[in-house]
Amino acid sequence: MSPLSLLARLGRLALGALAAVGRVALFAISTFTHMLRPPYYPREFALSLLQIGWLSLPVVGLTAVFTGGALALQIYAGGARFNAEAVVPQIVAIGMVRELGPVLVGLMIAARVTSSIAAEIATMKVTEQIDALVTLSTNPMQYLVAPRVLAALITVPLLVGIGDVIGIAGGYAVAVHNLDFNAAAYLKNTVDFLEPLDVISSLVKGAFFGVIAATMGCYYGMQSGRGAQGVGSATKSSVEAAAVLILAANFILTGVFFSL
Amino acid sequence: MTQDQSPPPMIRMDGIHKAFGSNRVLRGMDLSISRGSSMVIIGGSGTGKSVALKSVLGLIKPDAGAIYVDGKPAGSGDRDAFLARFGMLFQGGALFDSLPVWKNVAFRLQRGALKRPADEARAIAIEKLRRVGLKSDVADRFPAELSGGMQKRVGLARAIAAEPEIIFFDEPTTGLDPIMSGVINDLIREIVVEMGATAMTITHDMSSVRAIADTVAMLHDGVIKWVGPVADLDQSGDPYLDQFIHGRAEGPIEAVR
Ligand SMILES: Nc1ncnc2c1ncn2[C@@H]1O[C@H](COP(=O)(O)OP(=O)(O)O)[C@@H](O)[C@H]1O
Ligand SMILES: [Mg+2]
Repeated sequence: MSPLSLLARLGRLALGALAAVGRVALFAISTFTHMLRPPYYPREFALSLLQIGWLSLPVVGLTAVFTGGALALQIYAGGARFNAEAVVPQIVAIGMVRELGPVLVGLMIAARVTSSIAAEIATMKVTEQIDALVTLSTNPMQYLVAPRVLAALITVPLLVGIGDVIGIAGGYAVAVHNLDFNAAAYLKNTVDFLEPLDVISSLVKGAFFGVIAATMGCYYGMQSGRGAQGVGSATKSSVEAAAVLILAANFILTGVFFSL
Repeated sequence: MTQDQSPPPMIRMDGIHKAFGSNRVLRGMDLSISRGSSMVIIGGSGTGKSVALKSVLGLIKPDAGAIYVDGKPAGSGDRDAFLARFGMLFQGGALFDSLPVWKNVAFRLQRGALKRPADEARAIAIEKLRRVGLKSDVADRFPAELSGGMQKRVGLARAIAAEPEIIFFDEPTTGLDPIMSGVINDLIREIVVEMGATAMTITHDMSSVRAIADTVAMLHDGVIKWVGPVADLDQSGDPYLDQFIHGRAEGPIEAVR
């Protein structure tokens, strides 16, 4: 392959990637402008709150409690190497609230919510239900996309907050029952150590991750190709994109909150 | 020229081209449908009949050509007002599977400009279901619980629920038994005669063609190969049309496509 054609190929790849980023960005902007414009669909919104928020609680709770427990064990074992076992409450708190709570909840939402939104909307696309909506003078961006993204924007930060608390509780349970920590001291250390910015960063991350998860589900669903294969590949791509974007956004937001 | 005095056709398609990648589906399709008449489009599977209907509604954007509805270019002016004039039965029914049957039928009556109180919308939905031969007990079931033919009829009820001026039926009788096909054919005819609607129907069923059509158009190779009054169907002398209406494997239309 000549250097020139290699260059051309690289250029095409880069342009293709840029175009994809542009399309997603346009879709996100369009989602927000449609959110602000009537008509609003309260029933769709309420169903989305239920689907994205309430029904995600079990998986979020389980993820958080196991992670908090494992974190306590790890920090205790690692801390023992330089006589710092006592930092378990502080590190569990900061680790859960700043990083693991938002990231793990975000990823679980990508697995649960992004995939189901993408599969549902893609199926609607493939079976002409989206065309039928348009024909019935209903804008799919307003009827399908806006309620889901808005519901995720509101509920995922709450889920992250709940996950933080449950994760800390998991660490607490392990520390008190298995590692002989004093219960009252553990709680006091946790509360004293956490700062408002830690909590704020956690919830803000949750809001970003929620929007990313729902938007990717909707975007890939609306872009779906034809047939069952189209639905499958839309679902797969949506989860991949949501997970990677959530991790990238986490890195950027962590930088913004804690190193600027 | 008498043509200049007559009102503009309700729908006019002018040199419509549409390709999907290398698949050139429509290649200069021209068609006019006069107000209050019933046009039936026939043609082999995959010749682009559904694409043609969707182009008029703006669901598919043609690559070239122009479409006029009631003399005005489609897509100009308010899109909601434009779409409010249409009803469409999709080939696969396209029912919303998250909603019960009656809410599907009443979809247009429960939001937007045509919004009515819920009980009134429900009553209209049940009346339309009755017209397509469905009992009121299907109203509260979900589309997935119905047979294919029942879904088709629910789709038909939804298409006519708001009594639109222009109605598109994409294969309304495919998958129905002969008796139910007869009911649906009569219904379509009735809608055109009583409501004065303009109808465009796609079908493969020659008995439907004869029951529904004022005018028949045959789409082949991306263009309208033949168009004429239904009475001329048997004396057209067009080899394509003859092969199609008699379902012969031999003829100018290749059986392998
Ligand atoms: N959205 C689409 N993307 C790609 N190809 C399409 C699309 N819609 C239709 N086609 C293709 O266009 C051709 C005509 O399709 P269609 O209008 O559905 O045929 P029919 O005359 O049976 O209704 C087919 O080859 C089909 O595969
Ligand atoms: Mg078709």
